[in-house]
Parts: sequence; structure tokens; C-alpha cells
Amino acid sequence: MLMPKPDSSIIARRAEIIERLRQIVPGEGVIAEQDEMRVYESDGLSAYRQMPMIVVLPEKTEQVAEILAYCHGEGIKVVPRGAGTSLSGGALPLADAVLLGLGKFNRVLDVDFKNRAVVTQPGVTNLGITHAVQHDGFYYAPDPSSQIACSIGGNIAENSGGVHCLKYGLTTNNVLGIEFVTIEGEVMRIGGKHLDSEGYDLLGLMTGSEGLLGVVTEVTVRILKKPSTARALLVGFASSEEAGACVAQVIGAGIIPGGMEMMDNPAINAAEDFVGTGYPRDAAALLIVELDGPEVEVNHLIGRVREVAEANGATSLRVSENEAERDAFWAGRKSAFPAVGRITPDYMCMDGTIPRKMLPEILRRISALSEKHEMRVANVFHAGDGNLHPLILFDANQPGQLETAETFGGDILKACVELGGVLTGEHGVGIEKRDLMGEMFTEVDLNQQQRVKCAFDPKGLLNPGKVFPQLHRCAELGRMHIHKGQMPFPDIPRF
Amino acid sequence: MASTFKPTDEAQVLDAVAWAISAEAPLEVLGRASKRGLGRPFQADHTLDLSGLSGINFYEPEELVLSAKPATPRAEIEAVLAERGQMLAFEPMDTGPLFGLPADQGSIGGTFACNLSGPRRIKMGAARDHLLGFNAVSGRGEAFKSGGRVVKNVTGYDLSKLMTGSFGTLAAVTELTFKVLPAPEKTYTVLLLGLDDGAATRAMAAAMNSVHEVAGAAHLPAGISGRSSVPYVANAGGAITALRLEGFGPSVEQRCRELKDELAGFGAIEELHSRNSVKFWAEVRDAVYLAEPADRLIWRLSVPPSAGQGVVAALAMGRDVEVFYDWSGGLIWLSLPPSDDAEHIAVRAVVAPSGGHATLVRAPANIRAAVPVFQPQPAPLAALSARVKDSFDPRRVLNPGRMVAGI
Ligand SMILES: Cc1cc2nc3c(=O)[nH]c(=O)nc-3n(C[C@H](O)[C@H](O)[C@H](O)COP(=O)(O)OP(=O)(O)OC[C@H]3O[C@@H](n4cnc5c(N)ncnc54)[C@H](O)[C@@H]3O)c2cc1C
Repeated sequence: MLMPKPDSSIIARRAEIIERLRQIVPGEGVIAEQDEMRVYESDGLSAYRQMPMIVVLPEKTEQVAEILAYCHGEGIKVVPRGAGTSLSGGALPLADAVLLGLGKFNRVLDVDFKNRAVVTQPGVTNLGITHAVQHDGFYYAPDPSSQIACSIGGNIAENSGGVHCLKYGLTTNNVLGIEFVTIEGEVMRIGGKHLDSEGYDLLGLMTGSEGLLGVVTEVTVRILKKPSTARALLVGFASSEEAGACVAQVIGAGIIPGGMEMMDNPAINAAEDFVGTGYPRDAAALLIVELDGPEVEVNHLIGRVREVAEANGATSLRVSENEAERDAFWAGRKSAFPAVGRITPDYMCMDGTIPRKMLPEILRRISALSEKHEMRVANVFHAGDGNLHPLILFDANQPGQLETAETFGGDILKACVELGGVLTGEHGVGIEKRDLMGEMFTEVDLNQQQRVKCAFDPKGLLNPGKVFPQLHRCAELGRMHIHKGQMPFPDIPRF
Repeated sequence: MASTFKPTDEAQVLDAVAWAISAEAPLEVLGRASKRGLGRPFQADHTLDLSGLSGINFYEPEELVLSAKPATPRAEIEAVLAERGQMLAFEPMDTGPLFGLPADQGSIGGTFACNLSGPRRIKMGAARDHLLGFNAVSGRGEAFKSGGRVVKNVTGYDLSKLMTGSFGTLAAVTELTFKVLPAPEKTYTVLLLGLDDGAATRAMAAAMNSVHEVAGAAHLPAGISGRSSVPYVANAGGAITALRLEGFGPSVEQRCRELKDELAGFGAIEELHSRNSVKFWAEVRDAVYLAEPADRLIWRLSVPPSAGQGVVAALAMGRDVEVFYDWSGGLIWLSLPPSDDAEHIAVRAVVAPSGGHATLVRAPANIRAAVPVFQPQPAPLAALSARVKDSFDPRRVLNPGRMVAGI
């Protein structure tokens, strides 16, 4: 993975930059010792490591603004970082960049039940928001599996999802407002406890922008009342075709479950070995369908989903009768990653999305690719919205295996795009999928996206090297080729 | 000489925009031209009429996705969805009645371009939450696409959000793909009778904070409820606070019973069943109560739900206002008597402390030209928005001035 060439003239000024940053963030907020910076050298995509030039941990928006204005003025790159759980290398440091950590922005500022909103600093964890409101029966709906660790600021940057996003939406559908600072050091506030924006939807644009457009310093999210009941079905199938058909027909019947997850046989067995909560080891595919809402509705829908599952040849079917049982159904799915981690030295988690109806087809292709690359794979899916997490099993200590795993992963994502899907459903492009962007977008598409970046960051200083395979100068992107005097459209009807 | 280009495919849209750039001649971009009265009036000698780009590309009910060309009538799409028991969950407003025009004239492209969402906004999100991807021709004269046809997608910037609500000022959209959802089997409405605005706000908050999944919370003060065509509402003889419950039959019935029990302390309670409910919420969605008299000026204010009643109380002081509330009190439809400036300074001064915003929805063109139709933004944000415009349309050939003067 090629990163932008470090600017040695910036690195040469390191001491002076440290001094200036210490003036802005006094005390222990500037980290310059190699040993202490070590924890920041990678994020959740740990195959890639790079020591940052300097780490700065501001506590106030004004400090962020001052840091960014200074870096902008001096032409110093900045990499924002939340909790560092990104699986796409979004928070990977650069040798000539300041790593700006939001970890000290860790306070919930306002819990407002009247407006069903929480205002929080970006470093608060996803689960921390739910913790702040659950005493009154509320929760924050988007639930990435990393929710005990990942920050809400990182969630916004990645537009993170989770099991419950099928029914309750992704981060972008649950954020009401943000405060962010541009690379020029300007503080912008958009949205709030009211709905919809008063101009261009910059809130929607910022969400999922992977730290390339601004640094988020405050967040307002909506909270929901926890459903009174939740029950799950655990259904085994003899083929992924039947499981896939079941998923499609549940949705086709007008039912949007709280969650609808699928695991293939290797994933089922890895999970069963790890937690042993009674998954059917011989099933080719396992579905967990959770219904939540009022009790009558849940019971009614359990019946309907059961009918659909049976009509599609379910080989085993259990319905949770209490919370302990429901938790047990989920235990295997929730520990799928560590469970797979036990049976392989290393694994790589992919994140493509396909139209739901392509589930059986993508599984066939993944299994063919697995044979071709001679590498095992276990599949867990957010089946309800066609988001796949194939886990590629490999051993990084064997020469060539990391490269093979990356090629294998790339092939899976290309297949997703071919089948009408996309490269990444929730983990982000980062550096991981950067060089695959051309599979989905033309140069014109990508240039238009980079022009938007130019509107926020004309010098390209914020998190460069991520998302876009090729970096262009804004001046170059801004150029237009105008064909003067041409009247080329003989065929357009004119009136 | 003024021309109207009426392309029938993307290549022709490209040609038209390329010409506009070279001739430095701004275009007014139109779908089915039903919402020309919305937004700022502006000068464009030429028209890019997209009505030739109409029709559904594909509809896959089991995938919950539909793709269409921009000028496809919204009503046609809603009819096709209804046949399969599905809907546009953001409940798009039909602007016809409020503007004194026929109903159901709008296009799907215009629906997204204006990001107009109805009462279900509070539960299911806005138009912007449903657009999955699009193809368009930018003001640079380039055809580009963004997004896709799946809900879970973080590949590149989410330009669908930016395009929704941009009133055709960034690009001429040639194809849209959006999420659709199952329509409810049953819809009931719990009606609380005779509450003042304060009590209504508390009742709506209590309902929204309950486990009953309320999918609409509106309040019609006395004087407005009488304008409904639903007899129960019209004959209530006073204010009506309405709470919508929808979904599967047994669930709706049970939730309706429980919600009525929980709100018993607020006083007299009635309920509407499906047919009347559907009729009632369509009225709220389209703000029909304020359609007449046609010369009054209409504002749409978005504020935190708990702030709504205070905003209304302040506006009502010494003024002849007519209002009703949607979005649990967070959306205020405000009607003011005719004036030269739509009282914009006063309206926005009242809204400002809440952090919300005010849009001038209906007013004669000369007023909409003189008064900021959309909430003015702080200078840095306005400058950023202008740079975003320039990143798509540097020569300002697409609907320049439709949202903000000059851009
Ligand atoms: C075990 C595990 C399970 C996971 N499960 C899921 C899952 O189910 N669903 C899912 O969607 N993701 C999942 N992830 C991925 C990851 O947790 C999410 O992407 C998360 O949102 C990242 O948050 P973070 O705080 O760790 O951000 P970081 O990793 O620190 O940063 C991520 C990106 O956001 C930017 N950023 C961070 N904070 C800010 C800010 N305040 N302002 C601007 N930019 C910022 C960074 O520059 C970077 O580009 C998982 C990760 C792990 C390790």
C-alpha cells in the first residue's frame, strides 16, 4: 500500500512543531516520545503500521481549531483519530503528520429526554451513549460490534452500522447535528435537536467522510425507547440458497426484523467450538432472526417468520422463550470474530454489500475463490441488508500469505460490485479498499468526490492517502475544458 | 432568445449543460415543474426540461428498492408501490394543495430535490434518508454517479445526501435509486381533545417516549381542526392532538389500547381507524389547513419539539397567526397575513434561540426574491456551502439563485 511520500522538510521541523503544539495544548496533551506514541501506530487494520510524527490530544474545540489553523498555515498534514478501531486503516498515521486524537473529548454534555436527543463529545464510546440514557429505558440504536470501544466521532466518520441497523438505520440516520472544525480552523455547527438542514445537507456529507473533511468536536444523536420485547429465532438450513430465499421472503412479507444475521458452516462450527450454545453443527447456513417491539407484535411475527422458514426447508428451528435463551442465540454470532481468531493465526475481515437476492451467488463465488487461492474462509453476514463479512483465514508468518489474503479479499469485493453491490458496507474505504475504488467509480466520479474534498480542504492536508487511489491538486481538478461556440446537440428537442 | 431544451436521455442533458457553460447561459432545471413556487425565484433565460426523462428502471419489492428517471410522476411511483403493499416511507408532501395547484403533479426527482418529508419523518427519516444512489450531470458538464442500490454502503462520500434538498443547484439528476418499505397493514390514530399547545406538547412527548412506536404526532389548535374533512376531527369543536399507530393488525390494536390508557390523564380521547386515519394524515402532510386564504404567507419552521409551543406563543403576540404542529411539535406550519417582508426578521429572531430554522414556503415571487427563503447561515458556513456549489457547478449554470442569491 503506497502512502503519500513523507515531506522531509516538515519532519525536519519536528522540534519546532512540538513546541508550538505544546503552547496550544499544555501539560501532557502532546506526545512526542517514540515509546508513548507506539499505541497509535496502527488502528484495527493491524497489518499496517506507521509511527506518527507527533500525537496531540486536545480537550477543547478551541484547541482543535488552533491546532488545525496552525497546521494549515504551515502545510502540516493531520490524521484524526477516535478510538482506533477502524478496520480499513482510516486512522493509520503518516510519518509527516500530526495525529490528532479525540480521546479526551469524553463527556456526555446533555441528556434531553423531552427531545429524545443526547449531545455528546466525539470521544464518548458508542455504548457510553446508551449507558447515559438506559436508566430511563432509552438507547442509541446503531450498534457496531465494537461498541464498547469505538467512539461516536469515529462512528460518524465511518457511518458505522450494526445488527440493528436493518430496522433502525445507520449512524447517518441517527445523527441530528454536529460541530466540526475545518482544516482552516473554522468552527461550524450544523443541525441540532431539530430535524433537517437549512441548506445543503453537510451533516449527511460529513457522515461517512472518513476524517477527510473536518474534525468532529461535538455530536447530537437521537435516542429511542427500548422496545418492550425482543425474541429471536435460530434457524438451520441445508443450503445457503434456502437460507437466502428465507431472508428475501421475510422482507417480501413486509417484515423488517430488528436483526437478521446469517453464518455459514465454518463460522457456525468455529462459534460452537468457542461458546457452545447449541448451534446446529451440520447446517450449511444458520439464520438468527430477531423481532422486537410490542409483545403482541413480536409473537405475531415469530409465527409468520416460522412459516416462511419452514416453507423454505428449515432443518432446525428454535424460538427464544426468555432473555437467557435469546442471549445464547446471539452469543455465537457476537463472538464470531474471536471464535474464528482461535482457529487461525490471522484473519482478515472483509465488508462488501450485495443485493440480498445475490446471497447464494456470492457464496458460490467466495467458495470458488477460496479454492483458487487455497485459503479458508468463514462467512458471517448482516443478511437482512446484504452486508457480508467474509473472514479470510491465513498466517502472516508464512511468506506470501498476507498478499494472497489481500488478493483474495479484493477478488471478493470485485465480485460484490459485479453483482450490483459495493466495496464497503460499513467499515469504510480507508487505505484497505482505496485502490479498488476504480472498480466502482469512473475517474469522473472520483474527481467529483475529490472536488468536494477541495471545498473543505483545498491543500489536501486532512487525512491524505485515504479513500482516493490518486491524489490530484485542487487547482488541477478545478480546471474546465470549455468548447466555445459549439452547438453540438442537433438531436435535443428545443422549443 | 429563450430556449427550452427537452432532452430524452443523459447524452442530451450533457449536451445542453455543455452548451450552457460555453454560452454562459444559466438554466432553470425542471422536472414536472410542480414546485416552481418553492424556493427563490431567479433569472434563467433558458430551461432544461427533464420531463422527457420519465419511467421506472426497475422495481424489486423483495429488495425494497426502486430506480426511476427523475420526471417519473411521484404519484405513479406511489401507485406501483401500493400494488405491492409498499410505500415511500418518508411520506412526501404533495405541494399542490398548498400552492393552489392540482394534486399529484410532482415528479420523483423534484421530491428528492426539495427533501420534503411528511409526518412519518420523526420515525422513518426524511427523503434524504432514503436515496441510495443517483446518476447526474454536474454543472461542469460531466456525467457522474454516486452511491448504489444497496442500503449498506459507505464507499466514498455520501453525495446522495448532498443532492437531496439541493433544489437542482448542484447537478441535473438523470436517474435515482431509492429505498422503499412495507406499507402498514393497519393505521389507527389516537385523538386527544381540547388540549392547549402546552398540554399537547407534553402529550406528544409522552407518546413519543412510550414503547408504542408512534409514527406521527400532530396538534391542530382550535380554529384549525374545523378545517379537516374528517368528520371526527372537524366536529371536535376544539383542538385535536393526533398520534398515529401503524403496523400489523394485532399490534396496532394493542398499542392503541395501551396508549389511550397511558394518556388518559390528558382528558377526552377518541380514535380514528384506517380510512379516516389515512385521510387525516394526508391533510397534515400537505398542510391543506393553511391553503386558504391563498394570499396569506406560509412558513415552515423546524425546531426542537419541546421548543415549538414557545416559538408559537412568541409569534402569536400581537400578530394574526394561524399555526398547526407536526413532528411532535418540532415542525410548525405558520400562516401570516400578507406583508412586504413576510416578517422574516421577527420570525427568524423568534426561532433563533431554539437552534432551528425557518423556510418561507409560500409567498409572491417579489417577496421571495427580496427575503431569504431559506435560513441565512453564519458567514463561514455560507462560504463553505458556496464552495460546495462551486465544486459541482463552478460557472453557476444550474438553477443559480434558487436557494441563495448569487449561487
Ligand atoms: C472487533 C471489531 C468489530 C467491529 N464491528 C463493526 C461493526 O459491527 N460495524 C461497523 O460499522 N464497524 C465495526 N468495526 C469498525 C470500527 O469499530 C468502526 O469503524 C468505528 O466507527 C471506528 O471508530 P473509532 O472511534 O475507533 O475510529 P478510529 O478507528 O479512530 O477512526 C476511524 C476513522 O474516523 C476518523 N475519525 C475518528 N474520529 C474522528 C473525529 N472526531 N472527527 C473526524 N474524523 C474522525 C479517523 O480519521 C478515521 O478515518 C469493528 C471494529 C472492530 C475492531
